[in-house]
Amino acid sequence: MNKIWWKILGSMLVIYTAIAGLLLGVPRLPIINESIRNLYFHVPMWFAMIVLFSISVFYSIKSLSTKSETDDLKAVESVNAGIIFGLLGLVTGAIWAKYTWGQFWSFDPKQNFAAISVLLYFAYLILRNAIDEEQKRAKISAIYNIFAFPMMVVLLFVLPRLKDSLHPGNGGNPGFNSYDLDSRMRMVFYPACLGWIIIGYWVYTIRFRIRSIENNQQHN
Amino acid sequence: MQLAKEVKYLIHKEVLLEWRSKYTINGILLYVVSTIFTCYLSFVSLGDKLAWNALFWIIILFASINGVSKSFLQETKGQQLYNYILASPAAILISKTVYNIVLMLVLTTIALGFYTMVFDTFTPPDLLLYYVAVVMGSISFSTVFTMVSAIASKAGNGGMLMAILSFPIIIPVLILLIKLAKNAVDGLPWENSYDEIGMLLLVNVLTVATSLLLFPYLWRD
Repeated sequence: MNKIWWKILGSMLVIYTAIAGLLLGVPRLPIINESIRNLYFHVPMWFAMIVLFSISVFYSIKSLSTKSETDDLKAVESVNAGIIFGLLGLVTGAIWAKYTWGQFWSFDPKQNFAAISVLLYFAYLILRNAIDEEQKRAKISAIYNIFAFPMMVVLLFVLPRLKDSLHPGNGGNPGFNSYDLDSRMRMVFYPACLGWIIIGYWVYTIRFRIRSIENNQQHN
Repeated sequence: MQLAKEVKYLIHKEVLLEWRSKYTINGILLYVVSTIFTCYLSFVSLGDKLAWNALFWIIILFASINGVSKSFLQETKGQQLYNYILASPAAILISKTVYNIVLMLVLTTIALGFYTMVFDTFTPPDLLLYYVAVVMGSISFSTVFTMVSAIASKAGNGGMLMAILSFPIIIPVLILLIKLAKNAVDGLPWENSYDEIGMLLLVNVLTVATSLLLFPYLWRD
């Protein structure tokens, strides 16, 4: 019970947000209307992705100093889990964009930068595949991971503010601030973020355990 | 002080090696000139000034990937070992970066001159600001590609890995550069460009700082 309470918490939060997000009342805003509910399903994906990539950078830094294989496996598995959330974020955003902007992909700066930052982590995984020797792979991929992380932060948080975007929260479009005024949305949005971050962490721990069992089998 | 001496010595060595063979500089120069000429032959006249700007940056991007990636990929195992014994990793990284910046500055200046000569319809009204963008571009491409080429060379799988690893990292820089250059093409006053110049400087400081922190780990085998 001691160990699984957070898993139960995460599942309950995600189930709650799925139900409450679709049923509870939302403010009526022009243009976005009911599609505002996508806030509960789209934005938490990015939060989960950022948390998982941060975990990955943390273990990459650790693996450079400890040189332990466990840390390297943790780094790569959190990237694997983070990429799932990045792709889900792109897909949920694209579906929303189809109904609000009229196109799945309209080359909005936010969409482009999010796609590029996912590409960055695909490059990380390809770099890993290119190197056969395990210790060398751990070292070089950790270095690339740490080197790429500040660039991802620039891509996702700084550059979109310099460009004109149609994304909510940019260029005079209604965004976070106007949602925050509505306490009904806050009741669902914050639990959704927490819930998805916990689910993401859970996916990462499961993947890590599978990977380390496989790894042990290979060595014995 | 020791570091400054090592850096000076290593830069001198790089320049001397380059001066003896003149391979990189002539190769990249011919690459840039023939690319511009090919573009000229295929486009004949560019539709608008946006295309003019974009085409220039694409040419510079590929030229600098080819030019800068030489710095680590070209060295033999023996040369690397020799450097490892002689100098500290920080000195090696700094010297390579500075050398690449100088190399890129020379190349991009010549490229800009030739480009404005060939496609003379859309020469930006504010050529000085455009040149500032080109200088910022040379610096940023050098700092990013030097570190990425070090990573790619250690991974032992040259060209393709270099492209895959560097593109996602360089795109944010490239977007800033194209925006800055577009300001010059549109002839906007300088005040409108301070944001981009500041951001580019910040990204460069960030890149150099992380490179300096990480390179010693990469260097040690």
